[in-house]
Amino acid sequence: MADKTMTASEALIGGLWTEIPVLRLILGMCPMLAVTTAVKPALTMGLSVLFVLVCSNIMVSFMRKLLKPHLRILMFTLTIAAFVTIADLFLRAFTPQMSEILGPYVPLIIVNCIIIARAESCASKCGIWVSTVDAVSMGMGFTIVLFILAAIRELLAAGTICDIPVLWKGFVPWAAMRMPVGAFITLGLMLGLVNALTGKKS
Amino acid sequence: MDTVYVLLMAFISIVIVNNLVFTKFLGTCPYLGVSGRLDMAFGMGMAVTFVITLAGVMTWLIDHMILMPYGLEVTRYVCYILVIAGAVQLVEMYLRKFFPPLYESFGIFLPLITTNCAILGLCIFLYVWNVNNFLEAAVLSFGAGVGFTIAICIMAGIREQLRFADVPDCLSGPPITLITAGLLTLAFMGFAGMIK
Repeated sequence: MADKTMTASEALIGGLWTEIPVLRLILGMCPMLAVTTAVKPALTMGLSVLFVLVCSNIMVSFMRKLLKPHLRILMFTLTIAAFVTIADLFLRAFTPQMSEILGPYVPLIIVNCIIIARAESCASKCGIWVSTVDAVSMGMGFTIVLFILAAIRELLAAGTICDIPVLWKGFVPWAAMRMPVGAFITLGLMLGLVNALTGKKS
Repeated sequence: MDTVYVLLMAFISIVIVNNLVFTKFLGTCPYLGVSGRLDMAFGMGMAVTFVITLAGVMTWLIDHMILMPYGLEVTRYVCYILVIAGAVQLVEMYLRKFFPPLYESFGIFLPLITTNCAILGLCIFLYVWNVNNFLEAAVLSFGAGVGFTIAICIMAGIREQLRFADVPDCLSGPPITLITAGLLTLAFMGFAGMIK
């Protein structure tokens, strides 16, 4: 409880720029790489993560006084699992097609490191208001990065964005962009670009 | 003979052709985080193999003995994560009691195995692929662990050499690791389609 100095505005800026997930923290890689073959599934995934993140942060913040050190991670994952089940059933009921595309990656939100990391480093120390703002900004940051990566990959793999063709007619699609290779290398170059822009040496 | 053939094919398929790290992006976080040194990577691989085998077998049993007969599928994810967390706790206690030096060297990475997506991912894939045979489920779980160990060891070997390479400043660290991982998946794609 020592560093309880985080304020709402700090949390907002942290999630959207200084600690933007994936690009700065290198967390939450798996869904990042797997669902970004096209923009629509990526956005669905981003919004599901946002929902789970907000709910679990609020919940963890409520019970932060009751947490026992050695059972902490278990409490977090159980809370998250409950909300992920809700999100999964919701997707299956209202957008069955999207649920089919995302498949096992929706339940895998449970082990998305971002959510556990936020529960651990923010929600279990701060009040409800700060935790909520933090969750919203982190979720937005995650969704934005997911969207950019998916847009680049869909543009180069199929010449479309959201299934609307945008490139010229004779464009030859890069098949590799649809495969795991495209995901890893695009994300690597994106990280490099951010490092170059901010002048950070790791 | 037929069963042996099926089991052998399933094992080769999950280790090489459908390797969880290279084709399904599972377990990417430890794959990028712990692969700095070869011995650490190997130890991590061993621990994950143990937990994944235990968790895969137990969740399959729970799924088929309890959840399906009683129509409790809604609680599937909660049950899975409980089993995995329990298995990790077991490994942690065992290591602390019998191999204190190894326990010390793992540090924070041991509890983090709970959040390794490869483990939960495999449990979910066992359900998605409709694996109905107990032996096949066990072989697939063990094979997934072996596949993860191979992937993380290859990566650690490359990264030990990469330390001497002259990488542009902005690409050093995670970016170059990701690009290396991309090229590795390209190599493993050569196996795609060999076995279903």
